[in-house]
Amino acid sequence: MTTAVETSQKAEIPPPASTVGWVGWLRENLFSSWQSTVLTLLAIWIIYLVIPPFIQWAFIDAIWTGNEAQDCKLPDGSRKDGACWIYIKAWIGGYMYGLYPYDLRWRIDLAAIAAVLMFAPLSIKNLPYKNVYGVAVVLLYPIVAYFMFYGFVDFPPGAPGSATHPWRTVQTDKWGGLALTLLIASVGIIAALPLGILLALGRRSSMPIVSTFSVVFIELWRGVPLITVLFMSSVMLPLFLPEGVNFDKLLRALIGVTMFSAAYMAEVVRGGLAAIPKGQYEGAMALGLSYPKMMTFIILPQALRYAIPNIVSNFIGLFKDTTLVAIIGMFDLLGAIQLGNADPKWLGFSIEGYAFAALLYFVFCFSMSRYSQHLERKLHTGHKKR
Amino acid sequence: MAVDVRETARAPDTPIWLDSRYRAIFFQVVLLVIVLGFGAYIFHNTYANLERRGIASGFGFLGSTAGFDIIMHLVPYSAASSFGQALLVGLLNTLVVAGIGIVFATMLGFVIGVARLSRNWLIARLAAVYIEGIRNIPLLLQIIFWYQVLGKSTPGPRQSIGILGLFFINNRGLYMPAPVFQEGFWLAPVALAIGIVASIVVFRWARARQVATGQQFPILWTSLGLTFGLPLLALIVMGMPFHWDYPELQGFNFSGGMVLIPEFISLTFALVVYTAAFIGETVRAGIMAVSHGQTEAAYALGLRPGPTLRLVIIPQAMRVIIPPMTSQYLNLTKNSSLATAIAYPDLVAVFAGTVLNQTGQAVECIAITMAVYLTTSLTTSVFMNWFNTKMALRER
Repeated sequence: MTTAVETSQKAEIPPPASTVGWVGWLRENLFSSWQSTVLTLLAIWIIYLVIPPFIQWAFIDAIWTGNEAQDCKLPDGSRKDGACWIYIKAWIGGYMYGLYPYDLRWRIDLAAIAAVLMFAPLSIKNLPYKNVYGVAVVLLYPIVAYFMFYGFVDFPPGAPGSATHPWRTVQTDKWGGLALTLLIASVGIIAALPLGILLALGRRSSMPIVSTFSVVFIELWRGVPLITVLFMSSVMLPLFLPEGVNFDKLLRALIGVTMFSAAYMAEVVRGGLAAIPKGQYEGAMALGLSYPKMMTFIILPQALRYAIPNIVSNFIGLFKDTTLVAIIGMFDLLGAIQLGNADPKWLGFSIEGYAFAALLYFVFCFSMSRYSQHLERKLHTGHKKR
Repeated sequence: MAVDVRETARAPDTPIWLDSRYRAIFFQVVLLVIVLGFGAYIFHNTYANLERRGIASGFGFLGSTAGFDIIMHLVPYSAASSFGQALLVGLLNTLVVAGIGIVFATMLGFVIGVARLSRNWLIARLAAVYIEGIRNIPLLLQIIFWYQVLGKSTPGPRQSIGILGLFFINNRGLYMPAPVFQEGFWLAPVALAIGIVASIVVFRWARARQVATGQQFPILWTSLGLTFGLPLLALIVMGMPFHWDYPELQGFNFSGGMVLIPEFISLTFALVVYTAAFIGETVRAGIMAVSHGQTEAAYALGLRPGPTLRLVIIPQAMRVIIPPMTSQYLNLTKNSSLATAIAYPDLVAVFAGTVLNQTGQAVECIAITMAVYLTTSLTTSVFMNWFNTKMALRER
């Protein structure tokens, strides 16, 4: 009688063909059960409904060449089916700079280049005195940008050179487009940061009047919509000032936006402060540091580090919210798009305008949110509150 | 965590200006003086400015005739009504958009959030694209966009798109049949209220019985029957005391029925789509916050996937979901003020817009508008604090 005993190891049998390769992936991720199959078919149907018509409109049927509205129209005057991208091409300058004088737009480009050059060194990893440089740039750049936007040679009306001088002043009601959107959002965040830090410290303070004041201030601004704040800054602020003193409309809007975002910033900073372990305070006090020194050198650097991702998402929110200044009659990116849509030469192409605006906003906001997620991973240094 | 940095006792040789107790008092007095002084300065300037412009301050103007029409009003309103009634109309319009928006955004948001976590790759990707796409485009742009699309893609009244001969869509809005209540209808709402109260009583009784004896009771069907059956019974008893008023094309426009204006539809739609993206993220975070061990333990106890989700996962996820969800609801309510951009007559458009321009009572109008939103926000946060204390994990 023989017994069947294997004396050598058998070759491994490959896994079933239906569990590996792309077939396996499909079965695992798209058709794992009948419910999943139904959902997959539903999703494919939705994609089929949305994507092909969109590609047809935005690329295949789109009009890319030409210079005037006539190129986007059929002989009978009705518009062609595809997207009219030459409208965007014609108005791109308006979208970027608003009503800013045509011959001075290079000044805004210059301000943008200056921003890149001045902030670029901050991306160097081991730059000596990086903090000092960072603070200096943040304080210095707004001044540089202000003079590039506003100019510094003021002419009385009608004086020779008042219409041609390269550095003549441009009033703020002519500022606009993406440049204005970026300006309002940046000023809103940068000016709100110190105010927000003070309010956050005030809210956690043990002095009753200080903390009450901070709480009331924060909750007041957070409880109302931004649009009422903007209305308030445009109609009520002039009433608050003594006779004869009048703020520029842009400055009034900036004050409103700053107050509003300071309240939100305070809550973000408070979140950062709450993440600092108590031992850090105790350690600082044991070293004999005074309250301002403890905050400046020990607590705030750590708290702000925790708060950075949230500050960036705050910035994204503010960037989107600056569209609201279009309602009070300023020409930010959205305002400039509406200005273009009302251009009698290009009537009937507003959908293209809004689609382009949506794309621009998306690119900005999406890349910033990715950056903030990257920061969150990078700054996650590991010591959490215990 | 407030850290008390005050020293408890002053060393005998410390000068008074270095004693933190006295310093605290000094700082607070300085702050108080600055705030009060600033307030007085603003008040003085405002008073002088108003006097010079000849604007009477006070809320007396609320009683005078408004003299303008509002395209959508839920309470009787005409040009002869007062500014106070215009305020009420605007407030109700805001509340309607917020209420309907919250209901639909919650439903859509839950679907999106669950889809984002789906094991089906395509569905999860689709939900992710939706969330990232919608969240990164300003709401105002979306509202204006949908308003334009709605205006361009709908025909004039004579070419209306009819659905079953009951609903009509055209560029003036969505027309639909309206119920007209007759005498004796009052019994139905009363029956509904009784039904809801009775359902709650039955629910409590059934839960107590299940805890005591383990016997289950068909709560869902009983409460559905009570909530919908009782009003139906009431209507049958009273002989169906209402009829439908159908919209009909007369000349160039529809008459009869009720209409949802395009401003309302596009505003609500944009708010729902936008807020649902945020709610979806909230829901996803909430579900992911429940550790996987909970699911495994529930399976180990022999629960099927349905009850596991209903009895184990969702109750724990809700604890995480509800606080951020409430702030999304508040955001939706505040965002409904963007109605101004497409001239939907909400609180801000009517009161901080039209009424302010007509009366020039800037301070009063803005103050009332802000006070309304503030009240809503503060009430909600008081509720949230109560809820958080009630729901806080009691660890043993």
